[in-house]
Amino acid sequence: MVTYREAMRQAIREALTRDDRAFLMGEDVGRYGGCYAVSLGLLEEFGPERIRDTPLSESAFVGAGIGAALNGMRPIVEIMTVNFSLLALDQIVNNAATLSYMSGGQFNVPLVIRMTTGAGRQLGAQHSHSLEGWYAHIPGLRALAPATLEDARGMLWPALQDPDPVIIFEHGTLYNIEGELADDAGPVDINTAAVRRPGDDVTIITYGGTMRTGLGAAEQLAGSGVSAEVIDLRCLRPLDTATIVSSVARTHRAVIVDEGWRTGSLAAEVSARIMEEVFYDLDAPVARVCSAEVPMPYAKHLEDAAIPQVADVVAAVQMLGG
Amino acid sequence: MTGATAARGGGAEPAGGPTGEKDHGIHLLQQMLRIRRFEERCAELYSHSLIRGFLHLDIGEEACAVGVIDTLSPDDAVVATYREHGHALARGISMRAAMAELEGKVEGCSRGRGGSMHLFDAATRFYGGNAIVGGGLPIAVGLALADHLQGRRVVTACFFGDGAVAEGEFHESMNLAALWHLPVLFCCENNLYAMGTALDRSESETDLSLKAASYRVPSWEVDGMDVLAVEDAARSAVETVRAGGGPHFLELRTYRFRAHSMYDPDRYRDKAEIEQWKQRDPIPLLAERLTASGVLTDGDLERIEGEVGAEVDDAVAFAEAGTYEATEDLERFVTSEPVRAGEAS
Ligand SMILES: Cc1ncc(C[n+]2csc(CCOP(=O)(O)OP(=O)(O)O)c2C)c(N)n1
Ligand SMILES: [Mg+2]
Repeated sequence: MVTYREAMRQAIREALTRDDRAFLMGEDVGRYGGCYAVSLGLLEEFGPERIRDTPLSESAFVGAGIGAALNGMRPIVEIMTVNFSLLALDQIVNNAATLSYMSGGQFNVPLVIRMTTGAGRQLGAQHSHSLEGWYAHIPGLRALAPATLEDARGMLWPALQDPDPVIIFEHGTLYNIEGELADDAGPVDINTAAVRRPGDDVTIITYGGTMRTGLGAAEQLAGSGVSAEVIDLRCLRPLDTATIVSSVARTHRAVIVDEGWRTGSLAAEVSARIMEEVFYDLDAPVARVCSAEVPMPYAKHLEDAAIPQVADVVAAVQMLGG
Repeated sequence: MTGATAARGGGAEPAGGPTGEKDHGIHLLQQMLRIRRFEERCAELYSHSLIRGFLHLDIGEEACAVGVIDTLSPDDAVVATYREHGHALARGISMRAAMAELEGKVEGCSRGRGGSMHLFDAATRFYGGNAIVGGGLPIAVGLALADHLQGRRVVTACFFGDGAVAEGEFHESMNLAALWHLPVLFCCENNLYAMGTALDRSESETDLSLKAASYRVPSWEVDGMDVLAVEDAARSAVETVRAGGGPHFLELRTYRFRAHSMYDPDRYRDKAEIEQWKQRDPIPLLAERLTASGVLTDGDLERIEGEVGAEVDDAVAFAEAGTYEATEDLERFVTSEPVRAGEAS
């Protein structure tokens, strides 16, 4: 049995072992062992040059990662939480995402940025948001959301092989999930969405932290005779539209579960694509289950009320009729 | 600019505070004890899952909050970090409102929406509870700008840790406050660590006062374990800032006795180092000094402990009897509400 955290650690170990140019850098990744203990033990294994602690300077160390990537290295930069990535947003959006294009293809930025995202741990409004959709908006970036042990283990290496910047979003509630991981588990594809549970009556589209919510809902729906297909987007940019629309064309119904806020969300984008591609196959309007449009509250009952729950997804499916 | 501080209050006898020498020394002791006992109870409640999320204790650092905030007047403003229980209590947020907040109750000072890291209180001009390292500094500059523009002679005290000094926002705020000559008292609680990162593994120049001074902000290094030294330095800084002397910077040298948060296994500090700092615990330090000068006499400490203990018990009972905000109200206050008829503005 391994945890998601350990799977991610194995992925970092693999990257540093296979590629001399790879190194991990971020706040408290070394001596402290990583704020979510992902890199625990790696300092002892690889030394301080390659497991590099940084000061609290998000803009500077992400920018330094961009510079190092431009100049022959393969940096893996860890940002503690997506909320703190906003201090580095300028570097990510104005530099990492643009340099290849602005230079007419002369330069590229083979950088991986990992960060924790999402709510569910009562950490309040400055540690809990889901801003994956913002990053998925930016041309020049690839955005990944590993929701399974296999993806936690397997997405980093191909992300590092990508000649352009890749952001990996690790949902904070996933680190402790446990399961079996094959001994030979390794790199996975980072282009396509995956069908996590096949079904015929409705397509539930999820990613990252909402994947298990979608599976939970499908399980409950099965009890009442509804066969739900669950899609895990995996790659948030570019979106694998083909997998989504071929499923919806078959089930004729879609519910999108997104921990981001509904307005201007990734869920809105997915919904628009379904409408554009398979509008005439739909038996009901596309439904969305998103977070309430509030900064994340601390109190547990309020936080639970603010984020998508299994019951909300089940209710949304039932509303579609059938 | 940077320089002597031992001279600025270290070793001073209990200063003549607003309520007289004897009462004032005891008042400072009581304030620090309130914070200490409150937070010890928080740690217990955390282990019983009554408090959740991140909980950062100020234990060991009480003299900083108490020493500075005691010199402020009621119309001054305070900006703090996620390690702000002490600042909130010293500022006058009731223990009841703070404890209820930590338990997520609607009676809490932020209605249970904020939790430990986001205590707010308009009545005492307590502007949070900010959990983005460095995030409070620009806000403090803006508060001071508004006071300056509106001709109010008030001070904004802005607390932050040594870790924040590495953020761009520290440097940008320092420059802006100095450039515009704004009434901010920057209080850097240098406890030598930012989570697991020791100051000398984070800063090329570990003299933090020098950094502030490089922006032409007058700065002092102060013994942050000595509440009288802190108070003395803060009092003269606050006076100068209030009189239009522009921003000032205090580096309060302190130490947290506990781990960074309840999640932190504290693997990065030497136990001997922690023990050494505990020898300079600000509470016994003051108590001994007050005893030596005859201010604290037989039975005083027991009496204070009794009062503080009762206040903590009462706060816990209040929080536990508190209620959870109705989930129908989840979306209230995302934007401002018009004042309802019948409610005071
Ligand atoms: C912008 C940002 N980056 C990272 C963090 C995570 N974090 C929270 S507290 C902390 C350490 C801050 O240390 P310091 O400023 O010295 O304050 P202390 O905790 O010692 O009081 C870190 C890294 C954060 N909250 N905000
Ligand atoms: Mg510190």
